[in-house]
Amino acid sequence: MHDFEYEAPTTVADAVQLLANHNGSARILAGGTDLIDQIRLGRFAPEVVVDVKKIADLQALEISADGLKLGAATPCYRIYGDEAVCRDYSALADATKIIGGAQIQSRASVGGNLCNSGPAADSTPALIALSARAVIAGPGGTREVPVEEFCTGPGKNVLQPGELLTALVMPARPAHSGSHYLRFIPRNEMDIAVVGAGASVVLDAAGETFVSARIALGAVAATPLYAKEASELLAGKPVGDEAIEAAMAASRKIAVPIDDMRGTVEFRKHVTGVLTRRALEKAIARARENAGS
Amino acid sequence: MAKKRVVTTTINGEQTEFLCQPRQTLLEALRDVLNLTGTKEGCSNGNCGACTILMDGRPVDSCLVLAVESEGAELETIEGVAPAEGLDPIQTAFLENAALQCGICTPGFIMAAKALLESNPHPTEQEIRFYLAGNLCRCTGYDKIIRAVQDAAKSREEVTV
Ligand SMILES: Cc1cc2nc3c(=O)[nH]c(=O)nc-3n(C[C@H](O)[C@H](O)[C@H](O)COP(=O)(O)OP(=O)(O)OC[C@H]3O[C@@H](n4cnc5c(N)ncnc54)[C@H](O)[C@@H]3O)c2cc1C
Ligand code: FES
Ligand code: FES
Repeated sequence: MHDFEYEAPTTVADAVQLLANHNGSARILAGGTDLIDQIRLGRFAPEVVVDVKKIADLQALEISADGLKLGAATPCYRIYGDEAVCRDYSALADATKIIGGAQIQSRASVGGNLCNSGPAADSTPALIALSARAVIAGPGGTREVPVEEFCTGPGKNVLQPGELLTALVMPARPAHSGSHYLRFIPRNEMDIAVVGAGASVVLDAAGETFVSARIALGAVAATPLYAKEASELLAGKPVGDEAIEAAMAASRKIAVPIDDMRGTVEFRKHVTGVLTRRALEKAIARARENAGS
Repeated sequence: MAKKRVVTTTINGEQTEFLCQPRQTLLEALRDVLNLTGTKEGCSNGNCGACTILMDGRPVDSCLVLAVESEGAELETIEGVAPAEGLDPIQTAFLENAALQCGICTPGFIMAAKALLESNPHPTEQEIRFYLAGNLCRCTGYDKIIRAVQDAAKSREEVTV
């Protein structure tokens, strides 16, 4: 493997300083489940690898009245192992449960999944459905970006040299709401999504009308997508086939997938509709189950 | 070339110090520096699970961990599984169920099975299959491995009762 130095700062300020000192030739290491192989294959040749797992803030998993603060390097197993996350941020629990197998989940982080910026990253549509914002630290201080604006192309994102992602923050779960993420893969586990879909819904107290909804899609474009039209058209509509079918059609419309061995364009577009329905139906069921909370 | 680092870890209960380069994976350090060659290399990219070890009690692919990251960690490798006398119930179950042929995948499967049974002592067949999805075997067709893990769960129960 390419030769590099290793640093493990314990504060965000130290990490930012290290990145500044190395002026674009440093690479951040979280769980390493993407990065280590990418260095081995020569895709990245950093002078220094900055391990951010020793920074307490980046390992956070805090739920308060303000919502969820998830440290960028917190590994999957801790996320789906948290009862409150499973209950209130179900889509995120669903996604982290299916990233790789047990070994990968011990290390892989949601921050790494987002910063790797693959179009099929499983946790990104879940974050978008849950209205997550990315908290970014850099030499000029911190800034926040909605997750749907974070990725700019396959492997590309809004991070500038010298910046790192510190956390993902999500608002508190509204009453009568629920969420879900699912993907289609040819195997049962350990595969890349052919299509992925995340949804969150807020229903009225009776559980019969959509107050609002957010739908996000993975693997159907160069970046994970927020399905704006599909999401917005649901607001105010009675929960039922008519509304769901309109959302399915709107999701299919923005899917511009590739043709490859995993599926043709036509198949992927079809699956985009099907998964939009399934994600919504499960999110609705969860919202109704939690009607009292 | 980056300077070598001294790493202090506990491996199979014994405090161990070793020297490595930042770019060396934990798999390379175990095999090439520490001569613990029970941990196998299959793909070196996280797909096959042959290099599975336990790091602070969690299963990891040691090919996707830098050796320097293991500073202060508790590591368990296949060499630490058998007690002073005899074999661990998981090892016995693999032998009795003929759950191996060439054997290259076996240390990884045993470490993953150990992690599974420690967190979930009574897994269903489905839970075993999902948990072991990060371990590949080209020889057995998996069924015998699944049966071995089911048997190991039973015999671990008898030992602890
Ligand atoms: C066998 C296998 C199976 C997999 N299965 C799946 C799957 O089912 N679904 C899926 O979506 N992915 C999967 N992956 C890909 C990978 O595990 C995920 O993308 C994972 O979430 C990456 O997280 P990490 O913490 O390991 O990131 P790392 O590998 O540490 O980092 C990934 C990238 O992000 C950068 N980075 C990391 N953290 C930060 C930060 N805080 N700030 C700025 N940049 C940062 C790194 O420099 C690197 O470029 C799989 C990988 C393997 C090897
Ligand atoms: S050698 Fe590590 S997973 Fe295959
Ligand atoms: S026994 Fe040969 S790969 Fe599993």
